[in-house]
Amino acid sequence: MALTKIVIKKLAFVTLVCAMTGVSMAADNVGFVYVSPIGDAGWTYQHDLGRLQLERETDVTTSYVENVAEGSDAERVIREMAKRGDKVVFATSFGYMNYTLKVSKKFRDTAFVHVTGYKLGKNMGLVNARFYEGRYLTGVIAGEMTKSNILGYVAAFPIPEVLRGINAFIKGARSVNPEAELRVIWVNSWYDPGKERQAAITLISQGADMVTQHTDSTAVVQAAEDEGVYAFGYHSDMSKYGPRAHLTATTHHWGDYYVKTIKEVQAGNWAPVSIWGGYPRKMIKLAPLNDAIPEELQNRIRNMEEQLAARELHPFAGPVIDQSGATIVPAGKNMSDEQLNKMNYYLQGVVSTIPN
Amino acid sequence: MDASILSSILFATIVAGTPLIIVALGQLIAEKSGVLNLGAEGMMAMGAIAGFAITLHTGSPWLGVLAGMAAGALMAFLFAIVVLTLMGNQVASGLALSILGVGLSAFIGKPYESEILPTVGAIRIPLLADIPIIGAPLFNQQALVYLSWVLFGAIVWFLYRSRPGLVLRAVGESPSSAHSIGYPVIRIRYLATIFGGAMAGVGGAFLSVFYTPLWVEGMVSGRGWIAIALVVFATWRPFRVMVGAYLFGGVMVAQLFVQGSDLGFNIPSQFLSALPYLATIIVLVIISRDQNTVRLNAPVSLGQPYRPEA
Repeated sequence: MALTKIVIKKLAFVTLVCAMTGVSMAADNVGFVYVSPIGDAGWTYQHDLGRLQLERETDVTTSYVENVAEGSDAERVIREMAKRGDKVVFATSFGYMNYTLKVSKKFRDTAFVHVTGYKLGKNMGLVNARFYEGRYLTGVIAGEMTKSNILGYVAAFPIPEVLRGINAFIKGARSVNPEAELRVIWVNSWYDPGKERQAAITLISQGADMVTQHTDSTAVVQAAEDEGVYAFGYHSDMSKYGPRAHLTATTHHWGDYYVKTIKEVQAGNWAPVSIWGGYPRKMIKLAPLNDAIPEELQNRIRNMEEQLAARELHPFAGPVIDQSGATIVPAGKNMSDEQLNKMNYYLQGVVSTIPN
Repeated sequence: MDASILSSILFATIVAGTPLIIVALGQLIAEKSGVLNLGAEGMMAMGAIAGFAITLHTGSPWLGVLAGMAAGALMAFLFAIVVLTLMGNQVASGLALSILGVGLSAFIGKPYESEILPTVGAIRIPLLADIPIIGAPLFNQQALVYLSWVLFGAIVWFLYRSRPGLVLRAVGESPSSAHSIGYPVIRIRYLATIFGGAMAGVGGAFLSVFYTPLWVEGMVSGRGWIAIALVVFATWRPFRVMVGAYLFGGVMVAQLFVQGSDLGFNIPSQFLSALPYLATIIVLVIISRDQNTVRLNAPVSLGQPYRPEA
């Protein structure tokens, strides 16, 4: 099913220029490995926007391979990129971690960056974004605007990444509306528009008037549009799939980071570190706010965005209380990154039971 | 449980079961003629993109369904050439067709990924739709839901009450006997295979035009395989196919309701997600456990190539 495509842009042109001028220069190439098709919205689409920004703002050429399964296929693709001399390889899915690490040991002159993983290598850096910061803000909007006090969340798999989003959403909502409750449906798939839509409609029929999703399609936003409730997009601005329903979306922005990394590599001062950026690094933003959001609330959200950027607001500031009533983080403290990385529980306000 | 929740579970069950019924009934006809086409997933994907593209360009969901039907039929025709004329292996060719359809639809569908279709409204049958609980699920549905019932009736009548249906079954049971009494075995198998493909295409178009009005690569998400499995587990009987499809849809929808509710069942969602498959297989195996019924209904020549002697 993988109609895998390799697109090498600019390369032909650069070769031509070199041949004409007789200068032995070759632009550095940067390879991107994508887990799904680029499409028009979603995880990979956001990475591709970053790649395009890299082409605009630096002198490197880029190439990508999309729809690479998280298995030995990934190793082959990554190895291929390293072998042909790509200066940097960005592997943009969690499941590529071990393959990236393995290949990085064979190609010490290439810089590898793995997205969302936790293993660093001698020439392999890590990057992830604090998606939960955006989730918290959408939660605040949901908490303010809900009439039924029931919020709905369509989720893929119960891993810390997804649970952080769910918990940030309800924590945001409860920060302004202690009556708000959140219902979660797991579809056990990153990508099944039919099931995602069904799950959204189920939540709506159970009273949810604000829905969001941590899956890869736009089906939930569309379902909300059809059913007359509100929705929050994820990954990308999904407003065109539900112009009325789409209040805003937590969007990811990798471009600045990519540009910075390439400049560091070219200058020879890149180090394989782990970066977990959010508002301060402008890796997370909200999509344009829908006019349905009252102006006062819009202003408050803008204000909170500034606070997040200035690290004055922490979505998981104590008291953080889990579903059972136990205090995870006492008042006055913020949750540590280590705790964030190991999150495997629901916070107070989620009425569903956690799958384990 | 509150009546409106029951009603919405029923409603969603019927919608979720509909594409499975349409595709599985088409497969059933093809298999009854002795042709095993494992390409349903690919034919559905092609039906989905063709249906979506044509609906987008013409604004008519019905033209879209016709286009889906044509795309599925065309795929099945290719398959038929390979396995019926060129005597290719049916299992291998079917798998190849599946891969081809999913990949080709993704390729053709690239420019359509950003497009959206307006939602097609339901057709409400006056009076009947007002019956409490079952009114809305049964009588306020998408047109294709009603059509799936018509298709079911037509197929039951065709297979068991009409002469051509008898001939079709004879071809699937013993192609050499059917041939020896003068029936064009290969032509009948062509027609049955193409019908199966056309229905798979309609099922795909239902997904992309009616169910979730959008096109994304891989949106069929295994429904073609479920349809194929349904036919086998239903021992090639249309009524059981329908029961199986609704059961599958019903358990899928019910598990979503359980998860979203605050009933507090502590069942792992992974198990709940597997439940539709388990429940459908268990029920169909139980109702089909009589070996004689299986033998009576399974097409004997299924999957075997047949070359008529001069």
